[in-house]
Amino acid sequence: MPTYRPGPVSLIIAAFVALFLLMPLLAVIPVSLTPSRMLAMPSGELSLRHYRALIEDPRWLQSILLSIRIGVVSSAFSTVLALCFSLGVWMFQPRFTAALVGFVLLPMVVPPVVSAITLYFLLTSISGFSAFFGYDTWLGVAMAHSVMTVPFATVLMLVSLSQLDRRIDLAARGLGATVWERATRIIMPNIKFGIITAALLSFVLSWEEIGVTLFITSVNAITLPRLMWMGLRDNIDPAIAALSVILIIITVLVLAVRSFVARQRGA
Amino acid sequence: MRSYLSDRMGAALLMAPLLLFLVLAYAWPFLGVVKWSFTLPTPGLGQYEALLTDDLVQSVFIRTLRIAAIVTVVSVAAAYAITVVWVRGTPAQRLIAEFCILVPFWISVLTRAFGWVALLSNRGLINTWLQAIGFISEPLALVRNEFGVIVGMTHFLIPFAVFPLASAMRSLDDRVLLAARGLGSSRMRTFWTVFVPMTRSGIIGAAMIVFVFSLGFFVTPAILGGGRSVMIAELIYLRIFQSPDWGLGAAISVVLVLFVGALMALLFRYVRPKQLI
Repeated sequence: MPTYRPGPVSLIIAAFVALFLLMPLLAVIPVSLTPSRMLAMPSGELSLRHYRALIEDPRWLQSILLSIRIGVVSSAFSTVLALCFSLGVWMFQPRFTAALVGFVLLPMVVPPVVSAITLYFLLTSISGFSAFFGYDTWLGVAMAHSVMTVPFATVLMLVSLSQLDRRIDLAARGLGATVWERATRIIMPNIKFGIITAALLSFVLSWEEIGVTLFITSVNAITLPRLMWMGLRDNIDPAIAALSVILIIITVLVLAVRSFVARQRGA
Repeated sequence: MRSYLSDRMGAALLMAPLLLFLVLAYAWPFLGVVKWSFTLPTPGLGQYEALLTDDLVQSVFIRTLRIAAIVTVVSVAAAYAITVVWVRGTPAQRLIAEFCILVPFWISVLTRAFGWVALLSNRGLINTWLQAIGFISEPLALVRNEFGVIVGMTHFLIPFAVFPLASAMRSLDDRVLLAARGLGSSRMRTFWTVFVPMTRSGIIGAAMIVFVFSLGFFVTPAILGGGRSVMIAELIYLRIFQSPDWGLGAAISVVLVLFVGALMALLFRYVRPKQLI
């Protein structure tokens, strides 16, 4: 328990930083209520027309559904790959583990724009053979997102495996359990929480991925962030403000539930 | 002997799918990009020569380094201030600090950049209010320039700087601070001569993370810079999609990877990876 509390000067500076961090999130609320067709502060009258536009304009709904589909497929794919890989690392501790893990983590540390041009190269090469799997296809985007999310999933799995007691696995092994039984009946139930977290994080990362998506889509695979990007670049559509408010509210609710659950588990 | 062999087989079978996937979907195409940088539009080192002589490319490199340096200093300092409260505040202060750090962290980069547009643009919150109270007559140019880019990037990167700092502050032994105070050192002096030096590994880690991230930043500069304050990542995008010059885009990418790789190697000489989480 820290006995040395921050003094008044620290508190004042920290309050300014906190304000700075929250400011842009609060600023979208008044903008989303403007009656104007352009980005502006509402003067007097408020309107929900931009929230209505989100429901009425089919483009938003289509891109939301596409983002969910891509997120689910890429999250499932990267969770399974990361799980197998981490199980291999933990159960057998092969030589060169550090180098192999380092290789898997590359897409996380390489600047995203370099990963983007790399995946652009990959998908345009694939497009030569296949029309439904390559540049500007939803399967292509899902695969590219898997490349980007798999390092994060792997890190989470390795962290939760590192907290597991090796002796339960040794006991199972000594009693004659096969590799498959050890993995599915001993280890996986014990890292359930880590697996779920990895799947969720992969989904969220895919859901909001924009840097790579910009490079590998043009007119067909318009994910939600891609559609927002288009609305932000040309002339700014206040529907984005309405959408942002909704996304912020969801985030705050999820974080509140999570911290409540964590408190319950801790207590 | 049998079990030793089957162990190795098991490991290989479990680890192979991911390794194979990343070799095919990441390592191989990256080599393709490297190949582009040497072969497009004509084989040779032409693109790397252009990197050294092209004024536009050089000014973008210099701007990127300058923005990254400013963003690093500002966001590490700001993160330090709020991390002190998050780690060492009263329970209520800690809860508020955690909320202010984690909510922006989980919100997508696009939403956050848009929030800054809503605040800083000509018809945005700040200009509207300042004009309403008669403080200014013409809107201030707060966005579509370097200022907007720096503000947006600092906002994005503060939470990333918080985690290594928090890890360093948590592992600090309170008794050292009590000893300094007990020996008659003032609060200020204890902070600057004991607390800050003892969290040095966190500061180095945070600064490196922020600096490396800002070098490859794309979305925030593209939106808040409005095409006027182009950074290296946006230049790569423009070279690939607007003035099709894939060779130069690829060459810039290769240089960026080498530069970031060198920085990471330097980082891990001072900080162990575990200290960054």
